[in-house]
Amino acid sequence: MLLIPCPYCGERPELEFRCGGEAHIARAADPSAVDDGAWSEFLFSRGNPKGLYAERWNHAHGCQRWFNAIRDTASDRFVESYKMGEKRPLPGGE
Amino acid sequence: MAGVNRLPRGGRIDRAKPVSISFNGQTLSGYAGDTVASLLLANGIHLVGRSFKYHRPRGILSHGSDEPNALLSIDRGPGKIDPNNRATVAEARGGLVTASQNHWPSLNFDVGAINDRLSPIFVAGFYYKTFMWPRRFWDRVYEPNIRAAAGLGKSPDGPDADRYGNRHAHCDVLVVGAGPAGLAAALAASEGGKRIILADEQAEFGGSLLHDVTSTVDGTAAQDWAAQAIAMLKARENVTLLTRTTAFGYYNHNHVAMAERITDHLENAPDHLPRERLWQVRAGAVILATGSHERPLVFADNDRPGIMLAESIRAFVNRYAVAPGRRIVIATSGASAYRAAADAHAAGLAVTVVDIRLEADCGPEVAFVRQKGIDVLTSHTVIAATGRKRVTGLIVAPLGSEGRVGARRTLAADCVGMSGGWTPSVHLFSQSRGKLRFDDAIDAFVPGQSVQAERSAGAARGSYDLADCIADGFAAGDPLTARPRLAATPSLTGFQPVRILPTDADATRVRAFVDFQNDVTAKDIGLAVREGFESVEHVKRYTTTGMATDQGKTSNMNALGLMAGIQGKALPAVGTTTFRPPYTPVTFGTLVGPAKNALFDPARITPIHGWAKEHGAEFENVGLWKRAWYFPQGRETMHEAVARECKAVREGVGIFDASTLGKIEVVGPDAAEFMNRIYINAWTKLKPGACRYGLMLKEDGFIMDDGVVARLAEDRFHVTTTTGGAARVLQHMEDYLQTEWPDLRVFLTSITEQYAVIALQGPKAREVIAPLVSDIDLSGEAFPHMTVRTGFICGVPTRLFRVSFTGELGFEINVPSDHGRAVWEAIYERGRAFGITPYGTETMHVLRAERGFIIVGQETDGTVTPDDVGLGGMIAKAKPDFVGKRSLARPDIVAAGRKQLIGLVTDDPSLVLDEGAQIIDDRHRPVPIKALGHVTSSYWSAACGRSIALALVAGGRERMGETLYVTTPDSFAAARVTAPVFFDEKGARVHA
Amino acid sequence: MLETPNAARRVSAFADAVSPAGIRPLPGAARFALRLREADATGEAAGFRLDQPLNTFAAQGDRLSLRLGPNEWLLIGPEADADAIAAEIAAALGTRFHTLVDIGHRNVAIEVKGPHAADILNAGCPLDLFDARFPTGTATRTLLGKAEIVLMRLDDAPTYRVECWRSFATYVHDFLTEAAQEFDAGT
Repeated sequence: MLLIPCPYCGERPELEFRCGGEAHIARAADPSAVDDGAWSEFLFSRGNPKGLYAERWNHAHGCQRWFNAIRDTASDRFVESYKMGEKRPLPGGE
Repeated sequence: MAGVNRLPRGGRIDRAKPVSISFNGQTLSGYAGDTVASLLLANGIHLVGRSFKYHRPRGILSHGSDEPNALLSIDRGPGKIDPNNRATVAEARGGLVTASQNHWPSLNFDVGAINDRLSPIFVAGFYYKTFMWPRRFWDRVYEPNIRAAAGLGKSPDGPDADRYGNRHAHCDVLVVGAGPAGLAAALAASEGGKRIILADEQAEFGGSLLHDVTSTVDGTAAQDWAAQAIAMLKARENVTLLTRTTAFGYYNHNHVAMAERITDHLENAPDHLPRERLWQVRAGAVILATGSHERPLVFADNDRPGIMLAESIRAFVNRYAVAPGRRIVIATSGASAYRAAADAHAAGLAVTVVDIRLEADCGPEVAFVRQKGIDVLTSHTVIAATGRKRVTGLIVAPLGSEGRVGARRTLAADCVGMSGGWTPSVHLFSQSRGKLRFDDAIDAFVPGQSVQAERSAGAARGSYDLADCIADGFAAGDPLTARPRLAATPSLTGFQPVRILPTDADATRVRAFVDFQNDVTAKDIGLAVREGFESVEHVKRYTTTGMATDQGKTSNMNALGLMAGIQGKALPAVGTTTFRPPYTPVTFGTLVGPAKNALFDPARITPIHGWAKEHGAEFENVGLWKRAWYFPQGRETMHEAVARECKAVREGVGIFDASTLGKIEVVGPDAAEFMNRIYINAWTKLKPGACRYGLMLKEDGFIMDDGVVARLAEDRFHVTTTTGGAARVLQHMEDYLQTEWPDLRVFLTSITEQYAVIALQGPKAREVIAPLVSDIDLSGEAFPHMTVRTGFICGVPTRLFRVSFTGELGFEINVPSDHGRAVWEAIYERGRAFGITPYGTETMHVLRAERGFIIVGQETDGTVTPDDVGLGGMIAKAKPDFVGKRSLARPDIVAAGRKQLIGLVTDDPSLVLDEGAQIIDDRHRPVPIKALGHVTSSYWSAACGRSIALALVAGGRERMGETLYVTTPDSFAAARVTAPVFFDEKGARVHA
Repeated sequence: MLETPNAARRVSAFADAVSPAGIRPLPGAARFALRLREADATGEAAGFRLDQPLNTFAAQGDRLSLRLGPNEWLLIGPEADADAIAAEIAAALGTRFHTLVDIGHRNVAIEVKGPHAADILNAGCPLDLFDARFPTGTATRTLLGKAEIVLMRLDDAPTYRVECWRSFATYVHDFLTEAAQEFDAGT
């Protein structure tokens, strides 16, 4: 079971969280202006890297806040977590 | 004295506490402190089981959890029987009923032993090669017979009568293993007040010191040093000591799973104690002091009962005061076995040592035992063991130069101790994702790079000397403080790796076992390699070596070494198989813990549940909820009950528990804007006091959920969701609110359980509640369909909805949950004069289907748009955006031929179609016929006097009046396409 | 209004519960979910503190304010005060954007008390309840087995208060009862 760093509550057990998939996939301010190809990219295309990956997490059974976290998919190590709206930290900026 | 082979003195057994157990119906005695294995040996019993494949007689190989052979079924009473207990781990105690496995009709005479004679057939990959053809024989003949003949023990057939516990625990340092290194680590780590958990799989702490009667540590006997260490740890409040606790899984972020055995060793276990407990430990740091395993030697018939590991002889003699034989031959390729020889000799047993090594390659151990008068034959190989159900001797021969085997001679023996060296127990380290490193000097894989906050100590990292182990333990427990090295008796260490003993016998006839539990011989491994299996993982699966309950703890290194030798590779190039949890077998009960029966899952019940139960309701599960399904009266069938309930609602009044509906209070100045963005509908102009049926989509444009929404005030909405969708909808809303629109001034609160919801439906509904309601004008003009009012019912505050999911005049009465039952009862009492009828979810489903109302999850399946179900008109097209809007313009969504919701009426009005049945347009087409869609809902409609069905059919709305064909269990049924509404087409009745 | 003497009767979710020593279902309470933007969370309102750190609670008389999220408070008070609390909060917060939702009947509460209280809770709660890690004054949402709970540590007895949604009351109560069984006979 992972130990996930909630930027509000600190490290808490994975049981309390729900993963929301890849982070930083922006919803267009005006979706009607987005063409079909770009819209299906937005809906369906997600990265699957071996290594650092920015994910959305919800501390569902805790403070219930959504936040982003960078996890190494190979080791499951969490490098950093940060609040929604904050910029993704630069790689290696740990 | 308990047992003919019990030594007169010594051991850690309690001679003041005799115990007796039953083994295959025979009563045997021993002492408290015995394992079942030591008790059997004390009684002269070596033959304890038959092997898995060849049904060869097998004995006790080891003295611990790595035992592959001595697996017993243990019966502790009704519902408390389980197979495959290792006799070397199970503690002897009064009342234990044990039995050997894998034989018929008896352990002594086993018909299955014919397999041993047929062994040339049962080679590696035997199943794959033999049972290939004819193909249809597999299911009916081969597999059932193989399953009947194979397998280890019998699984219990009743429910488990025991209770099991679970504990989440945290500590700064978890020390696994309480041998010399583990004790030292725990002592050092706990000095500063850190929280320490020390866990060991054995009944007592001490590890190898428990059978070491000659070493000293720091000037005192090693066992006394261990006792002092344990006493010190016990005195420290910051230390939790767990005996009989096996750390079996090492997971992410230092999460370690351990199984604690609490009552199996107790003769009269108190009822309040769980049998076992799963510990889920989160540790700041983990110290793995898990020791090492001794390797067997591979020679012909090395599996005969009476042949065991050399160190195990030492353990049985010293710890249990048992003579495993009177005439012992120790066969070894290393030094440690000489200590076993010396200890057995000291106990008065006749001992001879056979050492494969050249005299010149041996150390001081040879002189050490010769001094005591023990015969040592160096530079000798073992050709074979003699005897069948008990070893009678070893055939040995001198090894000449260039490996020439000299003249054979037979050494008589009733017990053989073998030692092929040692293998660090790196299982947990490897599970932690740590990288192993091969150490040539000790011919073993040892912990290399750690990945988690973990450190191995002592023999687990290949350090075999007692003083080294203690020093390593101190350093692991507290790396920052230098502690003086404690002096200890030097251990006899060092061995020469030998994969298979040299022999002059015909190699094709030799049965030299590598993996005892799965009956894998050296020949099988050779065959696998010759047949082209190169990867260690493939050889493992093809031969099954290392795959049984012992996971190859004793056998793996010999198997790897053999592979390397045949492939001409260095051992590290072969690699190891992956170590996976569990380290030793864990009962299902422990993994399940308390989560069984009523605690398996929460059974969510409504405030009205008790009433429904008392009134004979049948319940159905909806998510975790228990919902009243229907209320049979007398001997009514479900069909009859539902028909009666439907009629009551259509003609009089019915009462229904709708408490499980999800409810969310959406509050704030931007509440209407938020609703606009989440739902397809328009909300801005909805007046306070009015309700609207809302539909929400996922971003992909497909229907997610629906429900009636009431606007209580300009800034306050009472949203309802489906029962199953409640949590999902709130998460969905929170997700958008927090991540996409954090600027909106609105907050969401679940109020699902704040209110009990009583649906009162039917033409007489108003009359029933009229006298109970205060502060609300119930007249049709003041309180029309799709509005909400607040006031009181039975003196309790209520949010009273005038809504209907049945097509009748109806109310949904929200009252605070604790008042739900009393209000329900009051309405029911009042309604009796009107024939009020409680109804369940099945009737609700029928009534709404008659009116063509969809149920999300029944008419929709995650690929259905509003237009598909005929609700396209609800979309507020003027809104610039809402979740899912853009996707409704995707090419696939606007394409012609999508499945659309229609009604189906069967030609045979009495035929109720199957939900999920496929629909085609021409039953005479050649198969395969492309299905046009499927039936989503199908019921008997009492109001229509016939069956009705809803279906999703490609281009359905263009097919009105067409006849389509629907699959039935044995044929097709013809049905005509209609609009998806069967009763009160204009929907006038709700306005009554 | 019809005279319905039974009508105002309450039926607790624990009506049928049989509890061992140390586990006690608590009577009803006034409860509100208060939401307020983080920047507006200063001082107190109606005796409920707002500026305490996340995952702690503050008590003022018989009014408890649990900060469960950066912008979320669970307010608990005597049941009879429910209307007064709502009015006082509205007055105290005035035009500050906030929402107050009555959840008095949504939640139920169970007290777990005694030397083994933490062990009993840890049968299903994955948090570290060690004194220094979960001291008196802590309050957080978490899990007990398969149910979501709010867990508060009230004092050093230690006494814990477990809040869960009403429909989970039986599960949570029975889970705790099962976990307490091994300590019941021993102490």
